[in-house]
Amino acid sequence: MAIEIEQPSVGLSKVAVSDTHGEDSPYFAGWKAYDENPYDELNNPLGVIQMGLAENQVSFDLLEEYLEEHSEASSWGKGASGFRENALFQDYHGLKSFRKAMASFMEQIRGGRVKFDPERVVLTAGATAANELLTFILADPGDALLVPTPYYPGFDRDLRWRTGVKIVPIHCDSSNNFQITPEALEAAYNNAKAMNIKVRGVLITNPSNPLGATIQRLVLEEILDFVTRKNIHLVSDEIYSGSVFSPTEFISVAEILEARKFKDSERVHIVYSLSKDLGLPGFRVGTIYSYNDKVVTTARRMSSFTLISSQTQHLLASMLSNKAFTENYIMINRERLRKRYEMIIEGLRSSGIECLKGNAGLFCWMNLSPLLDKPTREGELALWDSMLHEVKLNISPGSSCHCSEPGWFRVCFANMSELTLQVALKRIHIFMEKKGGERNQQIFSQ
Amino acid sequence: MNSNEQHLLSKIATGNGHGENSPYFDGWKAFESNPFHLTNNPEGVIQMGLAENQLCFDLIQEWILNNPQASICTPEGVNDFREIAIFQDYHGLPEFRNAVAKFMEKVRGNRVRFDPDRIVMSGGATGGHETLAFCLADPGEAFLVPTPYYPGFDRDLRWRTGVQLLPVVCESSNDFKVTRKALEDAYERAQEANIRVKGLLITNPSNPLGTILDKQTLRELVSFINEKSIHLICDEIYAATVFSQPGFISISEIIEEEKDIACNRDLIHIVYSLSKDMGFPGFRVGIVYSYKDTVVHCCRKMSSFGLVSSQTQHLIASMLSDDAFVDRFLAESAERLERRYKFLTCSLAEVVIDCLKSNAGLFLCMDLRHLLKNKTFEAEMELWQVIINEVKLNVSSGSSFHCSEPGWFRVCFANMDDSTMEVALTRIRTFVRQHKDVKIPKRKCWNSNLRLSFSSLRVDAQSMLSPHSPVQSPLVRARN
Repeated sequence: MAIEIEQPSVGLSKVAVSDTHGEDSPYFAGWKAYDENPYDELNNPLGVIQMGLAENQVSFDLLEEYLEEHSEASSWGKGASGFRENALFQDYHGLKSFRKAMASFMEQIRGGRVKFDPERVVLTAGATAANELLTFILADPGDALLVPTPYYPGFDRDLRWRTGVKIVPIHCDSSNNFQITPEALEAAYNNAKAMNIKVRGVLITNPSNPLGATIQRLVLEEILDFVTRKNIHLVSDEIYSGSVFSPTEFISVAEILEARKFKDSERVHIVYSLSKDLGLPGFRVGTIYSYNDKVVTTARRMSSFTLISSQTQHLLASMLSNKAFTENYIMINRERLRKRYEMIIEGLRSSGIECLKGNAGLFCWMNLSPLLDKPTREGELALWDSMLHEVKLNISPGSSCHCSEPGWFRVCFANMSELTLQVALKRIHIFMEKKGGERNQQIFSQ
Repeated sequence: MNSNEQHLLSKIATGNGHGENSPYFDGWKAFESNPFHLTNNPEGVIQMGLAENQLCFDLIQEWILNNPQASICTPEGVNDFREIAIFQDYHGLPEFRNAVAKFMEKVRGNRVRFDPDRIVMSGGATGGHETLAFCLADPGEAFLVPTPYYPGFDRDLRWRTGVQLLPVVCESSNDFKVTRKALEDAYERAQEANIRVKGLLITNPSNPLGTILDKQTLRELVSFINEKSIHLICDEIYAATVFSQPGFISISEIIEEEKDIACNRDLIHIVYSLSKDMGFPGFRVGIVYSYKDTVVHCCRKMSSFGLVSSQTQHLIASMLSDDAFVDRFLAESAERLERRYKFLTCSLAEVVIDCLKSNAGLFLCMDLRHLLKNKTFEAEMELWQVIINEVKLNVSSGSSFHCSEPGWFRVCFANMDDSTMEVALTRIRTFVRQHKDVKIPKRKCWNSNLRLSFSSLRVDAQSMLSPHSPVQSPLVRARN
C-alpha cells in the first residue's frame, strides 16, 4: 500500500459542495421512512405505503404482451444479426426509425391534431437531462426561468444546479384552482427585475405536476402572448400528456402554435419522456422538440453527454411504430388511470377530504388545510410527519413543491395495485375518523 | 438565424465550445460525401479516423444467441421486463456494478480490487469527463493535459463547465513521454497567467499514441499531483486494448502496490467505458470511479443527467458476469488487435513509413514528417488534404490532437475488415511510389498469418461499413 498522507484535501467545485442537488428536501425524507419499512401485501402489511412516487404501473401487461408477440423485432432480429450495427450506433441524431416513432407517438397522444417533424426531435437520457440541457441553451448563469408554483421539486436541481440559473416563482393559489394568471406572470417578471435578474423564459408543466390538471387553452394563449411580449422563451414540459383521462381535454402548446401558423414559434420548446406515459423510467428516454433551428442543432450537440442507449432506441422504435399497439395502449392506459383517479377521489371524499379537480397525471392534489394545527409551513410539515409515521403513508407536502398555501399534498395512485390503494384509503379513513373524534372531544371540552 | 434569435440563446449555445469547427472533422465531410464500399463504391474515402473496435462482434453475437435471458425482449427474459423498466435508482443495478467491477479487475489481471459501491454511471465516458469537471473545478479553473490528446476533451471538459484545458507539451524526441519538466512548465505557465490548476488529466493507454505509461512515469505523475495537491483523472477507456508487452499498469495498481510514494487516494479518479474495449459505443456505458467519497456522492447525484438505460445495465450485468466468456473475449480481442497492428505496421514499413512504437489502442501514429514540404503545420495540413482527396483515406492530423510537432497522423485500424484494410494499404503504397523516389526494400510483409480470419463471421464489407448508417459530423459519434 502506498503511504497514506493526511492532507487538507484539495477542494471540490462550488457546484459540488452546494446543496442545490436538492436531496435535503422533505420530498425525499419520506422516502427514507419508506425504504426502512416498505409496505408489502403479504410480508409487511403494516409498512409504509409509497404514495410519493409518480410512477405509472397500471399498464405493464400491455407492454409485456407486445414483447411476447414481437420479440424478434424488439430484439436484434433473427440470429441477433442486428446487434453489431446497433451496438456501434452512437450518432447523436438518434436512430431515424426511433425519432419517427416518437414523433408519431406524440402526434397520437394529441389526437392527430398536430404534426411533429422527426428532424426536430432531439433525444436525451430522460426529461431530467432534457430540462437541464434546455436551460444551458436558453439562459446564462445568474439568469432566471419563471416557473408556476406548485412545481415538481426536481426542477430545483434540474434547472439550477449545474447551470447556475435561478428559478423565480409564478405564484398560483387555490382561489382560482391554481391557474396561471397574466397578473401572476407580470408579478413574477417584475419581481425578477427588481432583483436585477434577467428572465430568459417561462417553464410550464402541462399537464401539471403536482396539480394533476391540464392547462386551459385560454391560459396557454395568455402565456404565449406574455413570452412573446417579453421576448423570452417558453418551455412546455408535456411529460404527462399521455396520462390525461379524457382524450379531448389536453391542449398542447403545439396546437396553439399551429393555430397561429407558427408565428413566433421559435421561442417554444417542448419536453417529453416515456417515463410516465409508458411507465419506463429506467430506460431514460427523454426528448426535446424545438421550433427553433439553432436550439435543435445545439441541443443535439449537447445530447452527446446524455444519449439514449441505442439498444433501448431500437426496442422502442419497434414498439412505438406499431400504430395498432400505440393506439390501443394510449386508450387503455387513459381509461385505467381515470378509474384509479375516480377510486381515490371517491375514497378520499368519503373520508371527508377534498381534492383539486384533476383530469390527468398519476396523482391527485389533496387539500388537508382544514386539518392543520397552524396554517403555516410548520403546521403542514407536522401533519405530513403524522401521515408518514402514524398513518404510514408517504405523501408529498405542498411546501416541497413550493406551494404558497400550506395544507396541500400530492398523492400518487398509479404506482401500486388496486388492493394496495384500497388499504391506503382505509388507513386515511381511520385517521380522519380519529381526527374527527378528537375535534369533537375538543368541542365538548370547551 | 436573425440577430434577435442570436441573443435569445445563452453564451454557451452561441459560442464554439461544441468543438465541431475543429479541423479534426474536415476529413469526415470528405468521407460522408463519398464513403468507401468494397463493391458499391470502391473508389470512395476509407474511414480511418474512427476509433471503433469492430474485431470481435462474432464472439458477442454468439453469446447473445446463447443467452436470450439477458434481453428483456425475449420470451426467456421478458419476466424481468417490469422490474427493469421501473428501475431508475442512480446507484445502478447492483448486479451491473458488480459485473463492471469484476470486469475492470480482470482487465487489470486481477492485480487490484474495485469496490462496486464506488462505481458511478455516466452518459458514456463523454458524460463521465464532464461530470468530473463539474465536480472538481469551478469555471475559469484548469486541468493540465499532456499533448497530443483526444480532441473531444476540448468539448467534454470545457464547453458547459467553463473549465480550461492547459497543455503539457510532449515531444517525439522521447516518444512523447510525459516528463516532470513538462509538467512543471505547464503548471508554472498557469501560475503566471493567474489560472488555478485543479487537476491533471491523463489517458492511459493514450489516444492518439496507442502507448501505455510505464511505472516510472505513473509514479512521477502521482508524486507531482500530490505535491501540487491537485486531482488526477485517469481515462483508462482503452485498458483492454493492450495487445502486447509491456503489460498495462493502471493507476489503481500504483495506489495499491507502490509502497514508497506518498499518495493521497482522495485525489485519484478513473473514467472508464465499454465503448472501446467491448465495442459498444451505442450503449452509452460510462463509468466514473473515484477513491474520494464526496466525489463518488457528487458524481452519483449528477449521474441523474446521464444514467445508463436499465435495459442495457441488465444486458451488461449478464454478459460481464460470464467469466468464461469474458476471459475468452479479452484474450481473443487482444490477439486480433495485435495481428491487425502488425499487418499495418509491416505494410507501412515496406514503403518506409514508420510508426510510433505502440502496443495498445485501436489506432497507431504514422510518422510522415519526411513527406512534409517543410516543418510547419501548414505543410501538415497540405499533406493531409492530399491524403484525404487523392489517396482517399480519412486519417487524423496530429494538429487536431494538439500535437506540438507537425507530421504525425493517427490511423485507426480496428474499424474495418481485412479487405478494406488491404485496399487502404494499396492506396498508400501507390501514393508513396508516385510521390517520392523511395526505394522499396525486397522484404514483403504480406504474411497470411497476419490476416484476421473470422470463420464464423459473415465477412461482408457491406455490413462492416454500413453505408446505411447515417453518417454525419463525427462528433455525432459521442466519442471517437
